[in-house]
Amino acid sequence: MELFEYSAYELSKMLQRKKTSSEELVRSYLKRIELINPRVNAYITATPALALDTAQSVDNKRIRGEELHPLAGIPVAVKDNISTAGIKTTCASRILEHYIPPYDATVVKALNRAGMPVLGKTNLDEFAMGSSTENSAFFPTRNPWDLEKVPGGSSGGSAAAVASGMAPLALGSDTGGSIRQPAALCGVTGLRPTYGRVSRYGLVAFASSLDQVGTLALSARDTALLLNLVAGPDPHDSTSLPDRDRDYIDNLTAGVENLRVGVIKQNVADSFDREVTAAVLKAASLLESNGARVEEVSLPMIDYGLSAYYLIAPSEASSNLGRYDGVRYGYFAPGKDISEMFCRTRGEGFGPEVKRRIMIGTYALSAGYYDAYYLQAMKVRTMIRREYEEVFKRYDILIGAASPTPAFKLGEKTSDPLQMYLSDVCNITDSLAGVPSLAIPGGFHSSGLPMGLQLTAAPQSERLLLQVACFFEQHPETKPRRPELDFIESPPEEGGM
Amino acid sequence: MNYEVVIGLEIHLELQTISKLFCGCSTAFDREPNTNCCPVCLGLPGSLPVFNKRAIELAVIAALALNSEVQRGSRFDRKNYFYPDLPKAYQVSQYDRPLARGGYLEFEADSGVRRVGLERVHLEEEAGKLQHAGNSIYQAEYSLVDYNRAGIPLLEIVTAPQIHSGREARAFLENLRLTMLYAGVSDCKMEEGSLRCDANISLRPPGSDRFGTKAEVKNMNSFRSVEMALDYEVGRQAKLLDAGSIVVQETCHWDEVNKRTISLRDKEESSDYRYFPEPDLMPLQLNNSFIEKLAEKMPELPRQRLQRLLEQYGLDKEAAVLLTANPGLSNLFEETAGIYGRYKDLANWIQGDLLYQLREQGKEPVEINPNQLAELLKLLDEGVINRPVAKELLSEMVQRGLSPKKLVEDRGLTMISGPQKLVPLVEQVIADNPEAVESYQKGKKKVIGFLLGKVMDLTGGRADPGEINRILKDKLKD
Repeated sequence: MELFEYSAYELSKMLQRKKTSSEELVRSYLKRIELINPRVNAYITATPALALDTAQSVDNKRIRGEELHPLAGIPVAVKDNISTAGIKTTCASRILEHYIPPYDATVVKALNRAGMPVLGKTNLDEFAMGSSTENSAFFPTRNPWDLEKVPGGSSGGSAAAVASGMAPLALGSDTGGSIRQPAALCGVTGLRPTYGRVSRYGLVAFASSLDQVGTLALSARDTALLLNLVAGPDPHDSTSLPDRDRDYIDNLTAGVENLRVGVIKQNVADSFDREVTAAVLKAASLLESNGARVEEVSLPMIDYGLSAYYLIAPSEASSNLGRYDGVRYGYFAPGKDISEMFCRTRGEGFGPEVKRRIMIGTYALSAGYYDAYYLQAMKVRTMIRREYEEVFKRYDILIGAASPTPAFKLGEKTSDPLQMYLSDVCNITDSLAGVPSLAIPGGFHSSGLPMGLQLTAAPQSERLLLQVACFFEQHPETKPRRPELDFIESPPEEGGM
Repeated sequence: MNYEVVIGLEIHLELQTISKLFCGCSTAFDREPNTNCCPVCLGLPGSLPVFNKRAIELAVIAALALNSEVQRGSRFDRKNYFYPDLPKAYQVSQYDRPLARGGYLEFEADSGVRRVGLERVHLEEEAGKLQHAGNSIYQAEYSLVDYNRAGIPLLEIVTAPQIHSGREARAFLENLRLTMLYAGVSDCKMEEGSLRCDANISLRPPGSDRFGTKAEVKNMNSFRSVEMALDYEVGRQAKLLDAGSIVVQETCHWDEVNKRTISLRDKEESSDYRYFPEPDLMPLQLNNSFIEKLAEKMPELPRQRLQRLLEQYGLDKEAAVLLTANPGLSNLFEETAGIYGRYKDLANWIQGDLLYQLREQGKEPVEINPNQLAELLKLLDEGVINRPVAKELLSEMVQRGLSPKKLVEDRGLTMISGPQKLVPLVEQVIADNPEAVESYQKGKKKVIGFLLGKVMDLTGGRADPGEINRILKDKLKD
C-alpha cells in the first residue's frame, strides 16, 4: 500500500510508531501531486519547499522526543481563500492573482502550531461563488472519478485533492454548501461545523453571516482529528463561539441505537436523481434496522431557502468585495480619474459570476428595495432557524441527499446560473440556520460516480454527526472508497523524487 | 425680509483611546504615515473586527454626559461607499439602532441658560487621511493616503434643529467641547481634526412650522469658521429668498481663504450607502450595571463645576465662567483653594497674572505647583513681599518651578515695612528734595508720587507703596 492510501489517523499512528517520517510522507504526496495534479488541477499553488521544511522540523522534534500534536507531520491542503502569510492567496480571482498576505488565518496558525506541512493552496470558484469550481479565474478542477465531470464547488480543489490522494486532509469553506456538495460529488467526508465553531479570521469573506471554515477528509475519524485542531473560540473573531467542551473523537463508535432520525422530505425530492433519493432511503432504513427511530419529516421553509440565500449572500458579498479597488493591493488598472480607476480595476479583475452577485447584492440593499429583498430574506432566515429549533426538539439527526445529482459534466450548467444555484439546494438551509452539517459517502450511482448523504444536527452537535458518519462507514454500501485513477498511465515509481 | 434660521449640527469626535476601535493599533497622532496599521484596520482580505471595550465605555460616558439615553441593545451597520481612504469600502457605523438616543446640552448663552436638544449619539470608525496633489481627488495628478487614522473610534453627535444663529452654533460647540473634555472622552482639538463639525442650515418665515430647504456645510475647521460660515449661509439664503428664488438642497464647503461657501456639485455627493447590519459583529448588549458603573464614575461636568465655584467658593459669575471654561485653570484653582482660603484673591490671580504668564511662556496650568502658588499669595498676605515683587516671583515660578519662599530668602526680597525702617528713609528723601517738598506744601499734591518713587527706589522696590504714602503724608504735614 502506498503512503497516500492511508487515512490521516493511520498515518498519525505510523508516525508515532516511527514506521515512517513526515518527510517521507510529504515526499510521497508531492510525487502524487506531480503525477495527478496536471490532470485534476486541484492546486493553484503548491508549496513543496515549505512543506518539506515543516516536515523536517517535525521529524527532528520527534527524534528529540518532544511532545507532538497527533496531527504533527501529517500534510494538509488549504483552500485558496484562507490567508497564508507569505503564500499567495488568490481566491481564484484575477483581482488577487499576485496577492501575498502578511498574516496567517487563525486556522492556518493552528496547522502551523501542530506542525502540519501545508502542501499547497487548492482551487475554488472565484471568491467561493459557485458549485463546480469552473468559476476559477485560472482553470477548472476536474473530478478524479471522471475527468469530464466537475468536482463540485466551491471547495472543489480541496475535495478533489483528498479524493485522489493528493492530500490526506484539507481545509475548505462552506457558505451555502461549498464543502458538502463537492464532498458528495467526490465521495469524501465534508464537514460544515456550527457557525462560529471554527474561527473565520483569515477566511476571505464572501458572505460573513454564512461563511464557515470546515474540513474535507476520508473518514469521520480523520474529520474529528482535524476538527479537534481547528475548532474553538478565537479572540480575533467576534462571531466565534465560546469554549467547546469535548473531544470530537471519543464518541465515534457509539452507534445509532435509539437515535431519533428525521428523513427530510424536501431533500429526497421527486426532482432529484432517483438513484440519489433511493440511496437516502436505503441509508435511512439501515439506521432503522440498527435501532434508530426513523420518520419522514417535512421542513416547508426549505422551499424558501434558496431564494433567501441568493439575496442574503450576494448582499453581504457586494459589501465584502468592495475593498478590491486597486488602491492598496491586488489588481490595479489605471484610469483618468478615481472613478475610472475603480471601474476598470473591478471590471477587469472580477469574473462574471462575482460581478453578477455583486450586482444582485447591490440592488437588494439599495434604497427602496431593501425592505422587499434583503429584509424579507432576513425574515425568512429567522423563520428557517425557528423551524430547525422546533424540529430538533423531536429529532437528533436529520438525513437527506447532499446533492440532488452525482457530479455533472463540465460546462453543463455554466450557461444557466439558476441551474447551477439549484445544485446547492440540499445544503443551503442548513447554512442559513447556522447548524452543523456533514456530507458523507452514500454509495455509488450506476454511472460509477459517488453519491452523498447529508446529516444535520442541532448547533454544536458535531460529535453526534461524526458518530452517525462512523456508523455508515462500517457498512459495505456506504463505506468510503477511492477512485480508480485510470487516467494515470504508469504507476508511481518507488523511491525518492 | 426677516427669517428664522434653523441649524442642526453633526459633530464627530475622536475618542481618546490608546488603541483603535477594532484592532490593537495605536491611535497616536503624529506618526510616520502608514505605521499604525495592521490587517484589520487596512481591511486586508479575511480580517475581522473586534470591539475595543474602552471605546464603548468612553462612548457611553459621552452619552451620559449629554443626558442621552444609552440603549441596552444597539447595533453596528455597514455604510457602503467607495473612497480611497476607506480600506474596506464600508465604514462600520450605527444606523437605525444607535448607542444612545435623545439628550441635550445646556450652556450659558447671551440670553441666559440655553438648552439644545440632541437626536442621537453613536459610535463608528474613522477613515484614513488623503493628501491630494491638486485641489480635489478629481483634479489631482495623484493622491497619497495614510491609514494611521483609519479605525480610530469616532463618536457622532447629532443635534436637533434647534440652533438659530452662527453665534449660537459656536457657543454650543464650545460648550460641547468643554463637556467632552471634562468627561475625559476626547481631546477635542479642531486643528488636529479630533473634533469636526458639519451643519445643516435652512431659513423659514418666523412662525412657520415647515422647514425650508437646507444646505449642508462642511469643512469648517475652527469654532470661528463655524460661526462665519453659518452667518455667510444665512446671508446667501436670505438673498435668494428675498429675490423670490429658491434654495437648492446641496452640500457646500466653507472656503476659509475667500470667506464664502462653495457648492460641491460633483460626484462626491451622490450616495446610496446601502446600510445593512454588520455581520462580523454581534449586536451590542449593555447591561444596567455596566452603564451604572460608568455613571457613578462620571467626572464633574462644566455645569456642575460652575455651580460649585459659585456656591462653594463664592466666586462672582464672571470669574466662575472663566475658570470653568479652562479645566486646567479651574483644577489649579481648586487644588490651591484646598490650602489657601482667600478664594476671590486666588481666582483673581489665576485669571489675571497667572493666565498671562502661562500664555506668555507657553505653559499649561497643570505644570504649576499649587503649594508654590499658595506660598506666594501667603507671602503677599503676610506682608513679607509686596505686589510688584509677587508678580516678579510668579513669573519665575511659572518659568522654572522655583519656590517663592526660597527665592525671597535667597535674594533678600523681604518687604521693608514698619515705621522703624521706613521713617528714616522718608526723612532722607524729604531732606534731599526740598524743592519737591516745597511745591507739595504749596498745594501741588501730585508731587507726592515723585517722592514716593524716591523712597521706593531706596527700598529696592520692596516696600508697600501704600504704607510709604501714609508715612510721607504724615511727615509732609509737619
